[in-house]
Amino acid sequence: MISQIFSLAFLAQTIRITVPYSLASLGGVYSERGGVVNIALEGIILNGAFCATVGTYYTGSPLFGVVCGIAGGLLTALIHAVVTIHVKADQIISGIAINLFAVGITKFVLEILFHSSSNSDRIPGLPHIHLGFIENQPDVARLLGNPLVLATILIVVASQFIIFKTRFGLRLRAVGENPEAADTVGISVVLYRYLGVLISGALAGLAGAWLAFDQHSFTDGMSAGRGYIALAAMIVGKWNPMGAAAACLLFGFAESLQIQLQGAGMPTQFIQMIPYVATIIVLAGFIGKAVAPGADGVPYEKEK
Amino acid sequence: MRKGFSVFLALAVVTGAAFLVESCGKGQQSAPPNSEVGLVFDVGGRGDKSFNDAAYLGLQMAKDSLGIKYMYIEPSGGSDRESALRQLASQKSVGIIFGVGFIFTDDITNVAKDFPDKKFACIDYSYDSTKALPSNLIAIEFRENEGSFLVGAIAGLMTKTNKVGFIGGMESPLIRKFQAGYEAGVKYVNPKCKVLVAYAGVTGEAFKNPAKGKELALSQYSQGADIIYHASGVTGLGVFEAAREMKKYAIGVDMDQWNEAPGFVLTSMVKKGNVAVYDIIREWKEGKFKGGTAEIFGLRDDGVDFVYDKNNKPLIPDAVYKKVEQLRSEIIAGQIKVPTQ
Repeated sequence: MISQIFSLAFLAQTIRITVPYSLASLGGVYSERGGVVNIALEGIILNGAFCATVGTYYTGSPLFGVVCGIAGGLLTALIHAVVTIHVKADQIISGIAINLFAVGITKFVLEILFHSSSNSDRIPGLPHIHLGFIENQPDVARLLGNPLVLATILIVVASQFIIFKTRFGLRLRAVGENPEAADTVGISVVLYRYLGVLISGALAGLAGAWLAFDQHSFTDGMSAGRGYIALAAMIVGKWNPMGAAAACLLFGFAESLQIQLQGAGMPTQFIQMIPYVATIIVLAGFIGKAVAPGADGVPYEKEK
Repeated sequence: MRKGFSVFLALAVVTGAAFLVESCGKGQQSAPPNSEVGLVFDVGGRGDKSFNDAAYLGLQMAKDSLGIKYMYIEPSGGSDRESALRQLASQKSVGIIFGVGFIFTDDITNVAKDFPDKKFACIDYSYDSTKALPSNLIAIEFRENEGSFLVGAIAGLMTKTNKVGFIGGMESPLIRKFQAGYEAGVKYVNPKCKVLVAYAGVTGEAFKNPAKGKELALSQYSQGADIIYHASGVTGLGVFEAAREMKKYAIGVDMDQWNEAPGFVLTSMVKKGNVAVYDIIREWKEGKFKGGTAEIFGLRDDGVDFVYDKNNKPLIPDAVYKKVEQLRSEIIAGQIKVPTQ
């Protein structure tokens, strides 16, 4: 039974589940490192998935669909940015409003375009990259041949570098830790916060595009709480790209384990608890204290 | 300024969540009292390609052949149900009000008590025989286990691996009824066949998570199942996606789901909300409304069935179809008792 569970298929499944979590979670890192709490991730994923579906449906080009997904995420994040950075409204309320808005607007347009409140028509999937050397392992080949899997791995590594090793990353962290200090040395708090939120929108939009292409359609409410799990992973990962991705991998592993164990005939009520128990154990026992950026969630008011 | 904007935002959200009323009965003032039908949809609303659409079809059948007028409300959020029911009940012209979905159970019971001169009907009402129903309320239930038994028998007769799968949405007594009937059907025709069972979750979200449905199905297929039956709402769209990818069979639920993956949908277990809605309206119109009871639609009443038409006929051998039809008559005759849990 053990060998049946811990197979290559299991590994591939874990990674497939992890991809959208990681992208959204990284988005959360960029936004919160810059000092803006982004619980709108859930709604951004949903809008991203919707735009990716519509873009692909009308052009027949999945690559254009990916661009649309990112654009949809960017636009949704722009609302959050304007409301929280410019107007300085409460970041949590803005996030909740965007999540509700996304549920409504996607369903509304879905009805107009596809005459259904539940799902869109079918769209083609992403083109598959053929990797000759592993074609005899269909599970692995299918996984690594997906361009978004490769892109996600690259984005995780690049983000770690960008946030901790570049000038942009330093400034982003500065406006999130201590915006007054950053302002006095001439860093535009508004600009960097906008960039942080917009990058988070692009990444969460890409997470949505993944969901749409995995499912070959948009379905109502298909983000299904992934934005919130991504936020939890960001905290477990201590606002650190690699850490957040590792936490997502853990959640993906727990969820995949839950799926495999159900097939192995264990009582479902017990198995359904696994991801949550894993979360609590990790939060309580292993990661130690998670400290948010100093000015996370606090709007910046420039002293007059 | 900041506070003000927050309040504005909150208000905007609340207003946005207020429900949409669409009225189809034009010129309500002139309509005679208690002559029209009102209906409140479940979350999902019209166009869900499932249960709500079936109820809507029932309304239209009633309009076409009984000449009744109707109006309906699609609530958008969780808490609007009761006010939507009240809104329809307080219309003079409306005589009977339907709630679609078990989620209406408590709300419609309360509203029925407040409007004793109106009639009410609730589809999938979770009926508790220890509590009396108001005499103006009829509870509509289906024997999903009987329909599931028949599709289970098809799966049990057609599997080549002696392994079939079941994927449920939210783990709940209602969905376990589908599972129990299916398992019984599989085992009845093929005692050696193994049934893999998985649920997408323990909350309502579990009906709306196709990505999870796909992963559950991929895992069951890779464990050797060659036919999977789902009772999981939108989550099941992921099951069909997995069936396409693995080139295996899936069985649909509630409505004919052939179009979700043509060629890979062996059959669908259909639950005829349209038949129930139409029958209740007809009885009401003829003055035969039987309130205070539960009306149960099973195989005998054509309330549940499986799809066998020109699309999937080539997939199902004649011998299998004959055997399943024989099981149907045995269930109707009471020779086979289909378990519910």
